[in-house]
Amino acid sequence: MHSQHSQQGTLGRACRSALLIGAVALVAACSSSSSGGGGGPGGGVGGVPTANLPVLHKIGKGEGQLNLIAWEGYLQPQWVHPFEKQTGCVVNAKYAGSSDEMVSLMRNGGGGQYDMVSSSGDADLRIIYAGDARPVNMSLIPSWNDFYPAFKSPPFNTVGGVHYGVSLQWGPNVLMYNTKTFPAPPTSWSVIYNPKYKGQITIPDNPIQIADAALYLEKTQPKLGITDPYELTQPQFQAAVSLLANQRPLVKKYWALASQEISEFKNGDATIGAGWPYQVSALKGSKFPIGSVVPAEGATGWADTWMLAAKVPHPNCAYQWMRYISTPQVQAEQAVSYGETPDNMLACGYMDKISKGSCAQYHANAPASYLRSISLWKTPVPTCDNGKNDCVPYSQWVSAWNTQVK
Amino acid sequence: MSLTVTGQPPKAGLWSRVSEALWRRPWARATLLLTPPLAWFLLIYIAALVVLLITAFWQTNQLTGNIVRVWSLSNFAQIFQAPAYRSIIARTVGIAAGVTAVDMIIAFPFAYFMARVAARRTRTVLYVAILLPLWASYLAKIYAWQLVLDRDGVLNWGLGKLGLGHLNLIYTNWAVFVTFCYIWLPYMVIPIYAAMERIPPSQIEASQDLGARTWRTTRSVILPLVLPGIVAGSIFTFSLTLGDYITPTLIGGTNSTFIGTIIYSNIGIANNVPFAAAMAIVPIAIMACYLFGARALGAFREL
Repeated sequence: MHSQHSQQGTLGRACRSALLIGAVALVAACSSSSSGGGGGPGGGVGGVPTANLPVLHKIGKGEGQLNLIAWEGYLQPQWVHPFEKQTGCVVNAKYAGSSDEMVSLMRNGGGGQYDMVSSSGDADLRIIYAGDARPVNMSLIPSWNDFYPAFKSPPFNTVGGVHYGVSLQWGPNVLMYNTKTFPAPPTSWSVIYNPKYKGQITIPDNPIQIADAALYLEKTQPKLGITDPYELTQPQFQAAVSLLANQRPLVKKYWALASQEISEFKNGDATIGAGWPYQVSALKGSKFPIGSVVPAEGATGWADTWMLAAKVPHPNCAYQWMRYISTPQVQAEQAVSYGETPDNMLACGYMDKISKGSCAQYHANAPASYLRSISLWKTPVPTCDNGKNDCVPYSQWVSAWNTQVK
Repeated sequence: MSLTVTGQPPKAGLWSRVSEALWRRPWARATLLLTPPLAWFLLIYIAALVVLLITAFWQTNQLTGNIVRVWSLSNFAQIFQAPAYRSIIARTVGIAAGVTAVDMIIAFPFAYFMARVAARRTRTVLYVAILLPLWASYLAKIYAWQLVLDRDGVLNWGLGKLGLGHLNLIYTNWAVFVTFCYIWLPYMVIPIYAAMERIPPSQIEASQDLGARTWRTTRSVILPLVLPGIVAGSIFTFSLTLGDYITPTLIGGTNSTFIGTIIYSNIGIANNVPFAAAMAIVPIAIMACYLFGARALGAFREL
């Protein structure tokens, strides 16, 4: 009896002392968190904390390794192996499935682990303003001079004249339609808001879709005064969200993965919707009657950038990668392989050599008017271009998407 | 043992002194043994969780994206005042409860057969059969169910052959429900089986000697003894469904937003970690209530 009592007593004392150690650790953890929490604003140009970091002036000897965060399909052996042979920089790929994931992986400047990330325009400004990107010396990337003017210093990866990455490729968010249901190509985005096609519509499960609605309203309700679908004041934002909320009963499924949209069209679940050229070429490849068009109101588009991490561990290899991936031959290889449009103006000829007609298919030789009709993704931040601070930030886009649209 | 000139035993070495000190102080022994695992648990697991969940009481500065350490409950107010978030929570809890109930109903007779009726070889085969899906990837199982429930999938093909028409289950909450029931079934079967195995056959014979038929024996003898196993299994199915976001995203429809989906979408570009943390506290609170209720029912007495 006595031993049992003392047994419980010793256990109690042991537990108490162990818990005390744990509690001290907790307090230490909590107090350290109050000293962390990101750098303050206004450290550099345009409020970017890393704007004053020194840039590389000369590419030195490669470090032998390169850690890249990329979309699936962006690091095919077809163009990675020649790079590795040329420069001796072995590429270690980390594939991310969403822009959110890329932003999370790049926290803390890439954590000293990742060199670059091929993020899309919706994530770039978030990465830049969080201080996770480093200024890039564009004079070390000669092919940059052959880029389309719209992609040399675009607002989604260049802030205050400082470049935080090199533009890569881009693609439009096109209107996809089943050619059997729509023998004549639809001419307006109004078709996906039309109750006549209830249960046949599919659009991306992405809060940035609100910009698509805003782009449609820019042309159909000019009284709202929308000029930039990513910089919306509250009334403009609410109008776009209401349009999407009214669309919800018509939507069959909000697709989260490209493969989902492909199978939706194949099954006949969807006959019309918004998608990427990637899905269009995949469906065309399996002889499915699919068509795509950029309607009269224009379209949104995604443009990817190879952003340089603030704490880049292998800067020389990173710059060598940026030089390599911007050359016309490699741009053409990636464009044809993935199904997107290169930013280098000289890539068109190489694309047709790889796959005849691909240059025109992916609008690599499109006139400036085509590019003007595309509104490229940009992270919605509260600071509007007009200098005011009343634009709706992306966190509200997310909560409106979750509560009012879906 | 040689005595020194002074007649004292030789001075002990360092190890024997430490050993003696520990022998005399049992609480020090226990502390030393417990500290490594408890430290791992508290420092790495609990501390990390606390640092995240504490941000639920803070806000994000929209302009700079930094966390502002002003204590307030506005995140929780936002959750409970918006009808959309309330219905998302209700939907998640409802489907979790439904999955738990259905899995209980499926697992109970299955575990009973395995534990009390099946021959040893059959029992082994069934045990392996129940565990085999756990070896498959989580995503592979979801895609398998997509193939079954699709418009032209296995289910509709079978129904068509039987002349029973057509079911439109894909991209609905029913598809999510069925997939969850399938994925979590092994987690319900194993604890119930373990509890069933422990029932001495003498108790069932005694119940029959007293005149009880099958249903009375099940209700009055077997169920109370198996209740800890049922509750253990239900904790798995309930909490796993409560936190999941992959299955609703892949196989659910326009009305299938779960708590996990909201949490996932607020981290990343949205940069609203405080709101995601507040949303994460909701399932933790629900599970805490569930566990207290289970304890009140006496499910943890056996532990």
